Amino acid sequence: MKLFKYLVFGIIFGIILIKSQVMSWFRIQEMFRLESFHMYGVIGSAIAVGMISVLLIKKFNIKTISGEPIIIPKKVFSKGNIYGGLIFGLGWGITGACPGPLYAQIGGGYTVAIVTILFAISGTWVYGRYKNKLPH
Amino acid sequence: MNFILDPWPWYIAGPLIGLMVPVLLIAGNKAFGISSSFRHICAACVPANIPFFTYDWKKESWNLVFALGIIIGGFIAVNFMSNGQPVDLNPHTIATLQERGITDFSGLLPGDIFNWHNLFTLKGLFFFAIGGFLVGFGTRYAGGCTSGHAIMGISTLQWPSVIATISFMVGGFIMANLILPFILKIV
Repeated sequence: MKLFKYLVFGIIFGIILIKSQVMSWFRIQEMFRLESFHMYGVIGSAIAVGMISVLLIKKFNIKTISGEPIIIPKKVFSKGNIYGGLIFGLGWGITGACPGPLYAQIGGGYTVAIVTILFAISGTWVYGRYKNKLPH
Repeated sequence: MNFILDPWPWYIAGPLIGLMVPVLLIAGNKAFGISSSFRHICAACVPANIPFFTYDWKKESWNLVFALGIIIGGFIAVNFMSNGQPVDLNPHTIATLQERGITDFSGLLPGDIFNWHNLFTLKGLFFFAIGGFLVGFGTRYAGGCTSGHAIMGISTLQWPSVIATISFMVGGFIMANLILPFILKIV
């Protein structure tokens, strides 16, 4: 039951991904061709609202609903941010989807995205297997 | 505008996405990020004694439940909250993609590429297999995706996430403008 709320949040997020057309392959092409502001507006305003929310959480020392202090995991820089980022970007440009939208595509009727996700899982597995041999 | 049936403009959808950050933090100290779900699936199904996958993935099962929710949300939105109109794209984008052989602009994705009939074709190889692999490999190597780095990471003022996000964009520009035209020619 503790997990049920995350199902609800996921459903809401899935609805937003469709209603904003963020999971549309066409919208991603338009973005990377600099032919529309839509995607930049979505990502930019999401960052702005996220940033203000986190500032408010810190300023008013807001706790979780169970009363714990909020912990924000620290991202440590590695060269993987660049190499992995470029590789993911290439994948984003061809599949027209980052991981969230891939799930939304399945629900949205483009069930073949299941195959894309299986390959994404295999990509993650290969990374985990050869992690030590890659520059970080 | 019909709020239920019409697509949402960026200034409604973007802030709603941004609110996922505080909602998940306040609900249970969860960091917004979707690509981790691929890692948890590896850890649950094929850990193969690889240190990167031998951890207690059950502790992270909220992330898989969240991903399942996205699938359900996608189903609800497409079936009950859509006006059925094609995406209102820039005509230049449509013209260019038409020149490159895309014919079906009726849905959210080009139906002539994203369907099961293409599974064992060159289209399937590039758009599902190679594309999916790059997404899964790249996000984990980068330590996150658009949600984990671009939104969660930059919102919390972490510079590695800024670098990762710039790299995502550079990779996307290279693919969409330099490589994809070639792929669309040969598939």
